[in-house]
Amino acid sequence: MNRYPLWKNLLIGLVLLWGLIYTLPNFYGEVPAVQVSSAKATLKLEPAAVTDRVAGVLKEAGIEHAGIFSDTNSVRARFASTDLQLRAKDAIERALNPNAQDPSYVVALNLLSASPAWLTSIHALPMYLGLDLRGGVHFLLQVDMPGALTKRLDATTGDLRTLMRDKSVRHAGITREGSTVVVRFRDAEQREAARRAIQGATADLQLADRDDGVEDLKLVATLTAQAQQTMRDFAIKQNISTLHNRINELGVAEPVIQQQGADRIVVQLPGVQDVAKAKDILGRTATLEVRMVDDTPGLLEQALAGNVPFGTELYNERGGSPLLVKKQVVLTGDRLTDAQPGFDGQTNEPAVHLTLDAAGARIFRDVTRESIGKRMAILLIEKGKGEVVTAPVIRSEIGGGRVQISGRMTTTEANDVALLLRAGSLAAPMEIIEERTVGPSLGAENIAKGFHSTLWGFVAIAVFMTAYYMLFGLVSSVALAANLLLLVALLSLLQATLTLPGIAAMALTLGMAIDANVLINERIREELRNGATPQAAIAAGYDRAFDTILDSNITTLIAGVALLVFGSGPVRGFAVVHCLGILTSMFSAILVSRMLINFVYGRRRKIESLAIGQVWKPGTQAGSPAAGKSGGN
Amino acid sequence: MEFFRIKKDIPFMRHALVFNVISLVTFLLAVFFLATRGLHLSVEFTGGTLVEVTYAEAPQLEPIREALAAQGYPDAQVQNFGSARDLLVRLPNRDDLDTTGVSEKVMSTLKGVAGPVPELRRVEFVGPQVGKELASDGAMALLLVIVGIVVYLALRFEWRFAVSAIIANLHDVIIILGFFAFFQWEFSLAVLAAVLAVLGYSVNESVVVFDRVRETFKKKRNLTTPQVLDHAITSTISRTIITHGSTQVMVLSMLLFGGETLHYFAMALTIGICFGIYSSVLVASPLVMWLGASREQFVKPKKEKEEAVV
Repeated sequence: MNRYPLWKNLLIGLVLLWGLIYTLPNFYGEVPAVQVSSAKATLKLEPAAVTDRVAGVLKEAGIEHAGIFSDTNSVRARFASTDLQLRAKDAIERALNPNAQDPSYVVALNLLSASPAWLTSIHALPMYLGLDLRGGVHFLLQVDMPGALTKRLDATTGDLRTLMRDKSVRHAGITREGSTVVVRFRDAEQREAARRAIQGATADLQLADRDDGVEDLKLVATLTAQAQQTMRDFAIKQNISTLHNRINELGVAEPVIQQQGADRIVVQLPGVQDVAKAKDILGRTATLEVRMVDDTPGLLEQALAGNVPFGTELYNERGGSPLLVKKQVVLTGDRLTDAQPGFDGQTNEPAVHLTLDAAGARIFRDVTRESIGKRMAILLIEKGKGEVVTAPVIRSEIGGGRVQISGRMTTTEANDVALLLRAGSLAAPMEIIEERTVGPSLGAENIAKGFHSTLWGFVAIAVFMTAYYMLFGLVSSVALAANLLLLVALLSLLQATLTLPGIAAMALTLGMAIDANVLINERIREELRNGATPQAAIAAGYDRAFDTILDSNITTLIAGVALLVFGSGPVRGFAVVHCLGILTSMFSAILVSRMLINFVYGRRRKIESLAIGQVWKPGTQAGSPAAGKSGGN
Repeated sequence: MEFFRIKKDIPFMRHALVFNVISLVTFLLAVFFLATRGLHLSVEFTGGTLVEVTYAEAPQLEPIREALAAQGYPDAQVQNFGSARDLLVRLPNRDDLDTTGVSEKVMSTLKGVAGPVPELRRVEFVGPQVGKELASDGAMALLLVIVGIVVYLALRFEWRFAVSAIIANLHDVIIILGFFAFFQWEFSLAVLAAVLAVLGYSVNESVVVFDRVRETFKKKRNLTTPQVLDHAITSTISRTIITHGSTQVMVLSMLLFGGETLHYFAMALTIGICFGIYSSVLVASPLVMWLGASREQFVKPKKEKEEAVV
């Protein structure tokens, strides 16, 4: 009578098997590895080609590897020992970066899971350890939005001045006052003219009149909410892509760079101990320069032969071909306000749209008028070294500050170029508002502490449960182990970051999860005490306890979710594990334990007693007839 | 083995007033200590810099303090952390301080002091903006938990039960905070997480008792409300002790093996579990009684049924 249908048993079995498989990678430990990723924003890593190259290099150097893996951003090779790993790193470094001054790839030491390839191929990876467990640096950066807004308004002030001059509107001064731009007029007519001019030129400004006297009429311009939002999004995106470029050169194996909230960026650098260098790199800025290409026939050949003409520099265009660029700078990145990928209005081919501020637009118009048919180069200058992002041909005079670069471009390329152009233009200033550094020895110690807490707590509970509830206690302990298994599997699958508070949550969740089994076992005892037959007692015990278990888990879950929503850092790490643990505990405590009990008792027609420890009935002296093996006291 | 052999229902409700007075006194004491001593908030809430280093042998604290003061950090707190070989340096945020370089400067100062060479264990710097936010986020989380639990219990049971449960469990929270204020233990984000987890957890306890109360109300018609409550508590007490014992075993294990980082987390849980048992059984139930819970609220009156037939 206490039997689960076959499909239910199978389902539970499958879930447990799944849990086992996804928990497995955590047992294999880690092996030394070398990781290759792109060092330059302009260079995309091609996994297949790089894999072949790394394999070739290793074969040539006679270094045996234990498998090469690749994903979209990196190629990793595993090695049997750190000795081999170091030798391999040197060999790969030499082969891939012939010019040590200007590396194209980041070759970093890393640790990879030693789990077999078939596990990796089904995405069964070990849990992702947080910085407090593996050591490293964590920064929280705040993007200075008010600063960015001020900068934008200052630019707007300049734009309006140019606009008034172009439209010959007479004004009595344009100034920025706080977060507004104020234009003064002597009479209402001119103000009307100015309003029309501004509204015709941009949709980003909201205009309002203010009269401070007969002769002192004002037009107050503020950025619309939408324009402000666009500006904020732009500033943060731009800073993130800039940070990506810079962190690449630190040679960190798995950096994390993420937006947090509206105006913050989290940077996590596992394994990095040199905080000073990391800060230095985060604080640096890259610049963007627009220069003209020198197309004079013969000069390029001359330069390639080693004789670069005076006033020019030799650069490589993205994609390879060399280019001779004049040293004179036409425009810098400060003048670029936005760069977005898009499509050409007429031909519908992928394009990049640039927006320049008023001063930039004027310079650009003058330059393009004089150089139709010539090429201009846009360079990204970082660490004093430049690289040509793109070098389009000027087809016509470009006025108004809206520039479109198109032709010979795929959509992906347009995206990349836009990103690079943004990365080069000056980002809004950033400030470090949180810093956390964890030494590697502390990380290892934290893992050991968390592990021991969980292990000994678990053992103590299992021993007690088995002693107190006999077979039912043993089953409860097995269910608890299943809970741990599923929780670890789920965390591995989701690749949620495991921190020390997370391990604490794991221990605590196990301590709380046993509640469900205690409730069930107590109910069964109570049913027996009230004279139910063993089979009926099992069925009633599980059924009646279910409501209570559900209620109590939901209240715990409410607390967990609140922590998840409002928590940050360590609290969130705790909450994720806590919430997942509650869910897995419902499954294991009820279904897994019931399945096991069914296997033991479900098939027997007549049971004398249940091995659930002693069941004492009021009014009888010793154990009841239903009492199990532990009949005595 | 069976620990609990209770022949008759224990008359808890007869002593309800006593329990409530005990609770009130501990609660007021906790509030008193919170008000007079305040919480010793960690660097996460107050903002500032914390540098933990370890030495091969125990260093002298005085020269380190002097060296830091000479470098322009007279307000640096230097103390041992866990063992005599581990050192913790705390620096509050000051307006005139350049925050970005503090940790490196402290490290180089420590290295400059004669004696054993320090090894960096961890650095924590929290800017002034973050601390305030964490405190307000913590308060929001607490509010969300309270509202969530009250709504859930009110839907599942009855508003009287919801209110009693939440009062009983908030009283636990205040008492935990009272302990932290009295002993001036460090109140960190992890402790906050523990406090909220305890809140969800000890509401469990009330839920289990209330479940029984509802069941008893429906089954046994001849019992008065206090008798029903007594019966519910008595019949669940075995489970209460065993469950909390098991959880406490786990927490004890954390207290023993978890090291400094988990120490206060485990401490908060221990206090929370002990008072959780007490309050959800002996505070929530009398409150339910005072608020006037009765059988009619759970058993549908017959009248409705007749109307339905008609």
